[in-house]
Amino acid sequence: MQSTKSLKATGHQLADSAFQLTVLSREVAETLHLPLFHEKLRGAGLFPLPSVAPTVLQINVGKMCNQVCKHCHVDAGPDRKEIMTRETMKECLDALAKSDIQTVDLTGGAPEMNPDFRWFVEEISKLGRKILVRCNLTIIVANKKYHDLPEFFKLHGVEVVSSLPSYNADKTDRQRGDGVFDDSIKALRMLNAVGYGQEGSGLVLNLVYNPSGAFMPGSQKGLQDQFKRALAKDFGIVFNELYAITNIPVSRYLDYLIESGNYAGYMEKLVNAFNPVAAAGVMCRNTVSVGWDGGLYDCDFNQMLDLHVASPGKHIRDFDAEALGRRSIVVNQHCYGCTAGSGSSCGGTVA
Amino acid sequence: MDTYYNPDDLKKFGSIAEFQPEFAEKFFSYYGAVFAEGALTAREKSLIALAVSHAVQCPYCIDAYTSDTLEKGCTEPEMMEAVHVAAAIRGGATLVHSVQMMNKVKDLSM
Repeated sequence: MQSTKSLKATGHQLADSAFQLTVLSREVAETLHLPLFHEKLRGAGLFPLPSVAPTVLQINVGKMCNQVCKHCHVDAGPDRKEIMTRETMKECLDALAKSDIQTVDLTGGAPEMNPDFRWFVEEISKLGRKILVRCNLTIIVANKKYHDLPEFFKLHGVEVVSSLPSYNADKTDRQRGDGVFDDSIKALRMLNAVGYGQEGSGLVLNLVYNPSGAFMPGSQKGLQDQFKRALAKDFGIVFNELYAITNIPVSRYLDYLIESGNYAGYMEKLVNAFNPVAAAGVMCRNTVSVGWDGGLYDCDFNQMLDLHVASPGKHIRDFDAEALGRRSIVVNQHCYGCTAGSGSSCGGTVA
Repeated sequence: MDTYYNPDDLKKFGSIAEFQPEFAEKFFSYYGAVFAEGALTAREKSLIALAVSHAVQCPYCIDAYTSDTLEKGCTEPEMMEAVHVAAAIRGGATLVHSVQMMNKVKDLSM
């Protein structure tokens, strides 16, 4: 049975980020007797992990969402009211205007549910920056007011990045909620209809695959080939690329691992699959993540764990690209997720 | 552990090199090559391996190739159909021998 409430709304212990960090460290060091992440990095000559000049500003415009996915690291849902105000968005725009960051990656929650979402996209567009929207697909068909999102995205040349864990309805719904697969297919058809994912249109539609369970993603290329075949054959749907993303043991996915008895096995797998090449290529090095309240982080996962950047300015109003390009990345045990095997980032595998 | 099979032994598969390193190295190198993308996709090979694991009734292999097929994005119906292929071949192998039985019956009977 899919929960319809966030961990926070149910008063779950794992809604507390400090508790999550304790649970993670305890498992790695005390239960599994494996090295802590910073020790593993040090062994690979990568600790402290330095940032480079930021090229991507990833902005989480809020935790509100129409879905309550089982693996959500944001603990997003309809009951989450934390969303970015227009004032904070203006501070993001000021930071962008004075930096040469070319890519803005909008995420949530369902970012489109923020009442200032469209205004924000228009303003970023005026600055001439490339915009990515992490769209959960179902939002497009959730309410009449969202039906024109494909046209709106097209107007601003937005690159759409959408989660679809399987081309199989049952598998998708078990992760994302009943009926999500059918709605996702409807939304993908709407995106395809305005040109998204179609060859030569210049409108990019990328899919995100993340495993529906306690296992790692296989080869990104193999999965992409299979998704392309299956979605074309069964639904006539086309897309550009598939990003295979490893589930990171944070928030609801951490809860799932513990509840299903898979926690130790999954962590052991991640630690043993540590890949120095993936570690060197992690996305946090060239990304700055902004929280709904304007706080600055190395990535969306650190954001959910309340691990602010190790740089003097910790809020978007104090944004200093030069200082941020000289920071050390704040790491913890969840980072094993992005460095395992072929690695993982919001843009798929890295090694 | 007083059973013949211990799930933790699967992780120790590589340790077979301890008693005979040369053959083990050849085997693992061959194994890796067999499962790489080729005329068949790695995904198709994984489903074949899952079916064969059931045919040879190897619990280690069933564990390993259940995870592997999941990682490769296979669906539960695909996985179960693969096992049915193994079952059909095993069943067929039994039944086709009945022709021999029938021949013998006919030889011995009036």
